[in-house]
Amino acid sequence: MSTLAKQKAKWGYIFVAPAVIVIFAVAIYPLLSTFYLSFTHKDLLDPTSDGFAGLSNYKKLFSDILFWESLKNTLIFVVFSVIFELIFGLGLALLMNSAIKGRGIIRAVALIPWAIPTVVSATMWLWLYNDQWGFINILLTKIGIIDHYVAWLSDPNLSLFAVIFSDVWKTTPFMALLILAGLQMVDQSIYESASVDGASKLRQFFSITLPMIKPTILVALLFRTLDSFRVFDLVYVMTSGGPGHSTEVLSLYAYKTLFKELNIGYGSALAVAIFILISIISVIYVKVLSSREEI
Amino acid sequence: MRLPLKNRLLIYLYILLAVIFMVFPFYWIANASFHPESELFNTKNIQWFPDFTYLNNYIDIIQKKNFLQYLINSFFIATGTTIIAISVSSLAAYALARIRFGASKYILGIVLGMSMFPPIAIISPLYLMVQKVDLLNTFIALLFPYIAFTLPFSLWNLTTFFKGLPKELEESADVDGATPFQTFYKIFLPLVSPGIFTTAILVFIFAWNEFLFAVTFISNDSLKTMPVAIVGLPSEYNVPWGQISAAATISTIPLVILVLIFQKRIISGLTSGAVKG
Repeated sequence: MSTLAKQKAKWGYIFVAPAVIVIFAVAIYPLLSTFYLSFTHKDLLDPTSDGFAGLSNYKKLFSDILFWESLKNTLIFVVFSVIFELIFGLGLALLMNSAIKGRGIIRAVALIPWAIPTVVSATMWLWLYNDQWGFINILLTKIGIIDHYVAWLSDPNLSLFAVIFSDVWKTTPFMALLILAGLQMVDQSIYESASVDGASKLRQFFSITLPMIKPTILVALLFRTLDSFRVFDLVYVMTSGGPGHSTEVLSLYAYKTLFKELNIGYGSALAVAIFILISIISVIYVKVLSSREEI
Repeated sequence: MRLPLKNRLLIYLYILLAVIFMVFPFYWIANASFHPESELFNTKNIQWFPDFTYLNNYIDIIQKKNFLQYLINSFFIATGTTIIAISVSSLAAYALARIRFGASKYILGIVLGMSMFPPIAIISPLYLMVQKVDLLNTFIALLFPYIAFTLPFSLWNLTTFFKGLPKELEESADVDGATPFQTFYKIFLPLVSPGIFTTAILVFIFAWNEFLFAVTFISNDSLKTMPVAIVGLPSEYNVPWGQISAAATISTIPLVILVLIFQKRIISGLTSGAVKG
């Protein structure tokens, strides 16, 4: 290495130092602390409670019905919201791609749900779902789908799906924009030669479009899966986990344990569980993505 | 490739439905903000259009609920986050993209791993740290997590921009005897300004919208940010829908304007990572 290159390398370290310090101080050190705290009895209400707990928080977690309930709710939330976002997002992206005029306008409109603060969109949906004056009840009774107003968010059988629907509303356009970007990279001449060969539109979609945009779809799915797994704001504002625990998701349950019950030890064990589950999901996606690249 | 007229009309019909679906929920709460509650609660006579002469809900949230203060707080923290996050990440992104040094590949790997971090996994130790140094109820307590959570995204984005510049730039800078900082500041930074601008908008929107840290670290009413203030509007006995809808609208309109003006940049900023894989 020349002296100039060495000199430059030194500057490289200086330039990344602020970013690295922030990452260590605000992300890595706290993460390690959460692991540590999950092995303690730390309780903010009881200052003498700092003792080592061994694995007892984790033992508690395995027998905690509320943990399993919130894990189940989280998985339902993730699976349904991501599947619907993918289907609607793909449809919307194909529509945008085939619109010759006005593509700019619809792309701009698609950014609105994405840009709206989650707290605002949750509030907005509270208003739409309102059991006395909500537009959804007004609309559905007018067109005869329901014959009386429904309390969407206070019915334990409906509330989780009502929340999922509002998440789908907010994030489908983002999915569509990602897929549209993938669609626009597909070389149009492939379609022309496929048409000459007599391939139908449907056939073209399944044998050309879908394989070509598969990597983009996988990345979009990864983003959305991780994001929906840590859902917090939307549920906090719309239902706070209720009625009962029917919409309690993992992040919310961990948050309540940490900051309402002030049970830092057990709350940290819940947080670690979330971290591990998210890591597993990421590893699976990355495996799928990289195995695809090797082919 | 021209589709038959019937198909084209069908496509535009679907697009119209999609646009209505995307816009209507926000339209409906914005519409509500321009009506007295007595009209909102009368489902026999639905008000489909806003009455822009009725501003009492806005006057109420500004005069009685001090809502401008929360918007100013949010603006302040979002601007501060953007300036610092962009400074820190553009410096680091420049080094990662243009300078060869041993640790660079590990750093990008760690940063990419960080983008999957659930905030809940670090919030309680951060709370204890902030409490220990007596920074609860200060904007600084929010600044650091906001920088950390926007760092993966902005570092990743900006690194791509810096990598896209030609190699001759350094060579001419070396000939001129510029220091690495001068090379970064005087030559590279102006060239990536479009990328910086796009990234800055996205960082700003993140900080403007953030809720979890804001609700946890700030309990002092005069320091609350907009999302926390909106959540705090309903009391145990009364849900003031008129005021809530006005607060929701006034907090979102600036973002909608920002997004509509800069839609091309924002979309390219959001999608570049996903498409390139």
